[in-house]
Amino acid sequence: MERVVQTLVDAVSVGSLYALTALGIGLIFGVMRLINFAHGELMTIAAYTLLALVGLPLPVMLLGAMLVAVVLALITERAAFRPLRNADPTTLLISSFAVSFFLQKLLILLVGSRLKGLDFLPGLGREIQLVGVRLQLLQIVTIVVGAVLLVVMTWFLKATRLGLHMRAAAEDFRMARVLGVRANGVIAMAFALSGVLAAAVSCLVVAQTGVVQPRMGLQLVIIAFVGTVIGGLGSLTGAALGGFLVGAGSILLQALLPPELRPFREAFVFIAVALVLLFRPQGLIPARGLRERI
Amino acid sequence: MTSAAPFLTVSGLVVRYGAVTAVRGIDLRMEEGEIVGIVGPNGAGKTSLISAVAGLVAPAAGTISFNGRSLENIALEDVVAHGIALVPEGRRIFASLTVAENLLLGATARRDREAVPADIERVSDMFPILRERRRQPAGQLSGGEQQQLAIARALLSRPQLLMLDEPSLGLAPMIVDQIYAHLRAICGQGVTILLVEQNAERVFAVSSRIYVMSGGEFSLSGSAEEIKRDSRFDAAYFGVHMREAAGGL
Repeated sequence: MERVVQTLVDAVSVGSLYALTALGIGLIFGVMRLINFAHGELMTIAAYTLLALVGLPLPVMLLGAMLVAVVLALITERAAFRPLRNADPTTLLISSFAVSFFLQKLLILLVGSRLKGLDFLPGLGREIQLVGVRLQLLQIVTIVVGAVLLVVMTWFLKATRLGLHMRAAAEDFRMARVLGVRANGVIAMAFALSGVLAAAVSCLVVAQTGVVQPRMGLQLVIIAFVGTVIGGLGSLTGAALGGFLVGAGSILLQALLPPELRPFREAFVFIAVALVLLFRPQGLIPARGLRERI
Repeated sequence: MTSAAPFLTVSGLVVRYGAVTAVRGIDLRMEEGEIVGIVGPNGAGKTSLISAVAGLVAPAAGTISFNGRSLENIALEDVVAHGIALVPEGRRIFASLTVAENLLLGATARRDREAVPADIERVSDMFPILRERRRQPAGQLSGGEQQQLAIARALLSRPQLLMLDEPSLGLAPMIVDQIYAHLRAICGQGVTILLVEQNAERVFAVSSRIYVMSGGEFSLSGSAEEIKRDSRFDAAYFGVHMREAAGGL
């Protein structure tokens, strides 16, 4: 019984991380039709910021990581993506790879490619007793942070003016602009929010793994991207759900598969993805208004 | 004699999409308070013309000025603040957002935010169905209701010029009657209307002046009576009624 609960908590916590990552990707895709693989580098840089700020008070480290990720997100938008705003999605995708590689190589140049240990939030590593089950505190914190961010994000999108503009822009950007919605503002906000999400995920991942390395973000992003696709590209609820399912699914597979098949758990995840796309190519929660922009 | 600047002046407008020229040197003047209709067959360039006025496409040549100010180099999202609102072809309501949210978006460019709730009440008096359905996703509305929403949304910017692109397309005749009755009322409240339609009969009934467009140019212009009497009108329009019989698509 304890094992079952532990596995479920593990699955939900990993699922939350991927849900947040997928949401960050989904936000940008929603307003720009850009699949931003450089989202991973936002996480990586946030992690290196933590490394650079070691020794300072925790709030300073967290705020620093967040600030750097947000500023970097805004810089990539301004420098790389704004000039291509009306380009087709393929061009945008390729340029996001370029930004991703550029930042990755830049980091390697500056700090080297070797992974570095970072004992971040060691207090979260201990186990606690919750209703008779031993659980790692970090997993609980991850789930709570994930839930809080999802709630705050939902509130922002549903209850604020800018949130309304973002939802309108995600459905039909040109019509939103005809009504006076400011394209630059909406897109910058989406990038800033994706930076916040990337930093949050990064802090949790570093606390979990205890290491920082230049390629850490990309791997997360690829899996999370798969999540946004099965959730339904362009739908934020779909992205969060898809990310969660992929993350949680891979943990559950790890627990449920016979030991000799465990090395192939990713293959099973991707088979599931292929099946979803075969039977529901528009994703689990399809987006409305994925119209061609004239 | 008033020294007021002309309301809307389009001169020598050319619109191109790559190698295709959709509008070939159009001149159009509108006075405040009138309803002007542009009719013509599918592909005549009507939508391109009002898209240029709305800032959706950049003219290849020519000028557009509104209240004496050139609309050249004005960003798409700033056009509405100048007093121009568009009800686009296909309505383009935000289907996943509620009716209330769609209406609120119509007021995006307004500075007088405190006056918006009262205006939402006013358009809801005009279109009561919108009040009834305010919490529903707009995608659940019928075609006629969506058209009402699109018009109400445009009105919430408090436009001086309201442009409508094919407002009767795909709607039942009874619904179209209602929409046109509303357009008259809206004009009565001081909003100038530029109306683009394939459905010429409807436009003739409400417009003070008509332009017939074909092949990217105005082939005829005048009052509804003058145009109906002109033998060239049927030639410019041949085939349109067959399309209407096929469902207007």
